[in-house]
Amino acid sequence: MRGRRPSAQRVSVMKRTKTIKVDYLARVEGEGAMDVRIRGGQVTEVRLRIFEPPRFFEAFLRGRRFTEAPDITARICGICPVAYQMSAVAAMEDVCGVQVEEPVRLLRRLLYCGEWISSHSLHIYLLHAPDFLGYESAIHMARDHPEVVQRGLGLKKAGNDLMTLLGGREVHPINVRVGGFYRVPAKAELAQIAERLKWARDAALETVRWAGTLPFPDYEHDYEFVALRHAREYPIVEGRLVSNRGLDIAVREYDHHFVEEQVPYSNALHSRLRTGGAYLVGPLARYNLNFDRLPAAVQEAAREAGLGPVCRNPFQSIVVRSVEVLYACEEALRLIDLYEPPQRPFVEVCPRAGTGYGCTEAPRGILYHRYTIDAEGVITDAKIVPPTAQNQKAMEEDLRAFVAPRVDLDHATLTWQCEQAIRNYDPCISCATHFLTLRVDRE
Amino acid sequence: MCSTRVQRDGRWQALVIGVGNPYRRDDAVGREVVRRLRRRALSGVQLVEQDGEGTALLEVWEGADLVILVDAVASGAAPGTVHRFDAAEGPLPATLARGSTHAMGVAEAVELARALGRLPRRLLVYGIEGEHFSPGVGLSVRVREAVDRVVASILQDLRGGGELDG
Repeated sequence: MRGRRPSAQRVSVMKRTKTIKVDYLARVEGEGAMDVRIRGGQVTEVRLRIFEPPRFFEAFLRGRRFTEAPDITARICGICPVAYQMSAVAAMEDVCGVQVEEPVRLLRRLLYCGEWISSHSLHIYLLHAPDFLGYESAIHMARDHPEVVQRGLGLKKAGNDLMTLLGGREVHPINVRVGGFYRVPAKAELAQIAERLKWARDAALETVRWAGTLPFPDYEHDYEFVALRHAREYPIVEGRLVSNRGLDIAVREYDHHFVEEQVPYSNALHSRLRTGGAYLVGPLARYNLNFDRLPAAVQEAAREAGLGPVCRNPFQSIVVRSVEVLYACEEALRLIDLYEPPQRPFVEVCPRAGTGYGCTEAPRGILYHRYTIDAEGVITDAKIVPPTAQNQKAMEEDLRAFVAPRVDLDHATLTWQCEQAIRNYDPCISCATHFLTLRVDRE
Repeated sequence: MCSTRVQRDGRWQALVIGVGNPYRRDDAVGREVVRRLRRRALSGVQLVEQDGEGTALLEVWEGADLVILVDAVASGAAPGTVHRFDAAEGPLPATLARGSTHAMGVAEAVELARALGRLPRRLLVYGIEGEHFSPGVGLSVRVREAVDRVVASILQDLRGGGELDG
């Protein structure tokens, strides 16, 4: 863990400008900064600045083969490579007019369950939980609560094992291709991992119960939630894009409803709705828009942990993530139970000129890919909108609303609470371009 | 899998882990050390290359008696400087906690393992001071020179005669 709880040694008060500066925000993925300006007891400005250099993925995808997109874009993130692969193959299969066979579709869902389990468990236990229990880091938390941290590591490993089996390796999987997989597992291989997932399901249920007992600040925000919605399933690899304020569109209509804007202080584009402003993607959005798609047992666990069908307190996202880990374990076991190896691991995909659209639910929210390819299958245009980029505006608005009634807190406490508010989002700056120095400046 | 699997009595006697990003020049020096050791076909020694993700380290050294971890560091010392630490003697210096966009690096993994009682019985950490960490492959001259010294020192550790062992 890179940082520590703000303490005398970390917070330097620069007298002339009356700025409190935290050198580095701990427990987020990537590098950036958050500035909060307070004048006369009012929050005048909140800026999320992402200063990791731009990575130009969209530019260097141009001129590459359409079949290369899943492996190239997987490199954008070491935490959610499966999401990049899945959105890429969805877009390429869309443009080429191909539908994969049901067993392949289900295997993709299974692989994605592995990533949800792994990514969520990392955030819940190693990055987020120390905030609620008052520890500087997971290392400090582990000294007092070793069994809790062990459970988290075990869950993460179960997710990684699933990703390794289906993806070829746990980081940057190499087994996904446009049209399917290079190799599909034998039933016996899945049976083996099912044993580990049964342990994970029990551990996930304990996680939900434990997360429900954490102390949460009394704070709610009236977000516009955006997530995928599927006819039958809790959304992972497909669905329509919906919101709690009436949005209901096909993925290919994304660009008509969402825009990306450059802001002078950030290397990541900010997304907003054309008709409005900020919107929220991720576990809270998925859960609120798809509670009825969760199996009864998972709904029951959520209720026992104190969640209703709608949760507007971003601090409770740790409970929602735990519910999603439980769901991913249940779903993985269900998919393994149903599994019959497909006749062939992939269908041959012939390129055809056009534009394709793909959107899947990465652990942090919807991940949109759009590609234009020519008749030879060469990519001529690419657009990738990761979840953290979409959440930037909501994060700024959230900070503004959160800080307003708390401006009288001492600097160190306020700074620490702001950091926590940001971690609710599990921001992946590496994806968005990348986090985090936090500065509260007031007169 | 980049490993030499040699096992006796159901346990690895020793495990050497080379940590680093192969496409960030000197960051790959830990991996280079492991590759050198691989050519020697040592018996009873497992050799692993790893990207340095902390939680994976805890898993890979599970059950090993002696673990030697080699990583590149940027503490400000002269390029090629070799730091050697015995984890039993206390936390690794903070200057060796290399920045990573991942949640946990090597130094943090060692402390997490210590808190959880999951440290190997003996853990030695070599930190080799790097010079260039820009994208690309190939070690800088002074870092390459350090590889020979570290390989020799590790061979001594494996024989049970590490210089810090007295």
